Amino acid sequence: MRPAQMDLAQSVSGSNPALNISIFAAFVVVTLVVVFRASKNSRTAADYYAAGRAFTGPQNGIAISGDYLSAASFLGIAGAIALNGYDGFLYSIGFLVAWLVALLLVAELLRNTGKYTMGDVLAFRMRQRPVRAAAATSTLAVSFFYLLAQMAGAGGLVALLLGITSKTGQAVVIAVVGVIMIVYVLIGGMKGTTWVQIIKAALLITGAAAITLWVLGRYGFNLSSLLQGAVDKAGAAVLDPGKQYGKTGLTQLDFVSLALALVLGTAGLPHILMRFYTVPTAKEARRSVVWAIWLIGIFYLFTLVLGYGAGAIVGPEAINAAPGKANSAAPLLAQALGGPVLLGFIAAVAFATILAVVAGLTITASASFAHDVYANVIKKGEADPAKEVKVARITALVIGAVAIVGGIFANGQNIAFLVALAFAVAASANLPTILYSLFWKRFNTSGALWSIYGGLAVCLVLIVFSPAVSGNATAMFPTADFDLFPLANPGIVSIPVSFILGWLGTVLSKERDDDKYAEMEVRALTGAGAEKAVAH
Amino acid sequence: MSTTEPDTRPPDAPDWAEVQASPDFVELRRRLRRFVFPMTGLFLVWYLVYVLLADYAHGFMSTKVFGNVNVALILGLLQFVSTFAITMLYVRYANKKLDPEAEKIRERIEGGDE
Repeated sequence: MRPAQMDLAQSVSGSNPALNISIFAAFVVVTLVVVFRASKNSRTAADYYAAGRAFTGPQNGIAISGDYLSAASFLGIAGAIALNGYDGFLYSIGFLVAWLVALLLVAELLRNTGKYTMGDVLAFRMRQRPVRAAAATSTLAVSFFYLLAQMAGAGGLVALLLGITSKTGQAVVIAVVGVIMIVYVLIGGMKGTTWVQIIKAALLITGAAAITLWVLGRYGFNLSSLLQGAVDKAGAAVLDPGKQYGKTGLTQLDFVSLALALVLGTAGLPHILMRFYTVPTAKEARRSVVWAIWLIGIFYLFTLVLGYGAGAIVGPEAINAAPGKANSAAPLLAQALGGPVLLGFIAAVAFATILAVVAGLTITASASFAHDVYANVIKKGEADPAKEVKVARITALVIGAVAIVGGIFANGQNIAFLVALAFAVAASANLPTILYSLFWKRFNTSGALWSIYGGLAVCLVLIVFSPAVSGNATAMFPTADFDLFPLANPGIVSIPVSFILGWLGTVLSKERDDDKYAEMEVRALTGAGAEKAVAH
Repeated sequence: MSTTEPDTRPPDAPDWAEVQASPDFVELRRRLRRFVFPMTGLFLVWYLVYVLLADYAHGFMSTKVFGNVNVALILGLLQFVSTFAITMLYVRYANKKLDPEAEKIRERIEGGDE
């Protein structure tokens, strides 16, 4: 799927950039006030990294959906369904089913054994320094790809919604978005970031619900009539699978590979895992996931209606003619139904989406660097907590700067590809180690290192030599030609390889610490000795 | 570098290995694993079957069931239904079978050293 190939031209006709900017500015002002208020009690490391573990399950569930429903899932999936029909829907199903892995195998056990980062859990019963360094490396890699995807999307959105077409103008807007995000993270820490995500999730889901009801109302609340509308405009093929992935044997295999990365990647995304530390107990972590599953699932049902609605009411020709192509499907639908005001609302929600997701990624990456690398690898666990938080804030500044620069350079790159890449890396480098650590007694340092570094390396190497990077007109480097690996999605190879490496590394090393596993398992299952909420 | 971390536990820390070997804990682990492992296998197989059908069985998936609603759409929506259903089943199971047991063991451990 290439829904996010952003072609930059003038903005959607009939859009009112001043109105769009005003609505977005109102969102920024409201969230900044909330972030300032939330930051009053934020002093300790547990406050900065984990919001004092004081959010309730439902609050955290809403924040998780705000963190997870990125611009790619909102604009990208609606657009993919509008243009490619059923194949776009396949994406949302992978993104949703993946949450069962988090619910059944990861969330509660992780909450009970860790403190702030994924590295806490992976290094629990291993040699601290090498495993934490590896966990931080893969956290930074996943967060970097995800960040790039979001920031690259911001550039395209600017063109689409604000009518800013020059690359310089877009760069300025990307920088402004980045600076606002840094302010959120520095002032509000995890608590502020969480509130931004909660507000954004509420706006996004309400907005999508309103448009969904509106579309369904037009077709007498009859799904079959809506589908007929889409067929009339776009042809009968939009109802059947295979319009996009069924072309050749290779695209079919590529799709299986993508589906694997989607379903196994979610529970390995560090910014999602870190959210489980913001609640007081494992039971609240469970409630968070349950809320997240309902909200995300219902939202993806909305995108089905939004996508076919855009296909039926706006039509694929108008979508393809608009700047941003597939990504403009949802905004165009909003405009067709509710005029410039609804378009302005959806535009502001899209920006808010990018802002909230980027803030979540930045705080995760900064926490991993400060807590895993600085405090545990460099200072060997002897760091002063106040100093550690200071390092985290400085890291957040650096990551924010990298995100701005990377976003400016990646402007116009394919968002869906970058997001799929982040999921593939998470599924290959993180998930096998997480599962082995939680469930396999024999697992040890060498297994963890082999699995993390091996999964990461195989994943990156396959991507560099994939057709997404070179060898054809839509590649990152269209003129170069080194596409030795035939698939754009590496998951089908890199995920099994990482599992095998984790096993092989383990059995080839003599290290084995049954006592430490006993402690980890008892704590994971019972919650004994788990980090408590901070009392203010 | 040695292969294990130096033992930094305070002297009154619980004996984790003993708890791990206790019948209560063995039962808790059995209950957890008896639910989550088969359920994970089930939803992964069901998801893969669906993905493979959507990917390779276009004719079957395109069969109209009623109106414009075809097999593919119904199976896709069933993925949502099964995800919601497994979520609810797990919550009920955890509340009834896992939480009370875990709480009992946790209180015994924390009561001992606090």
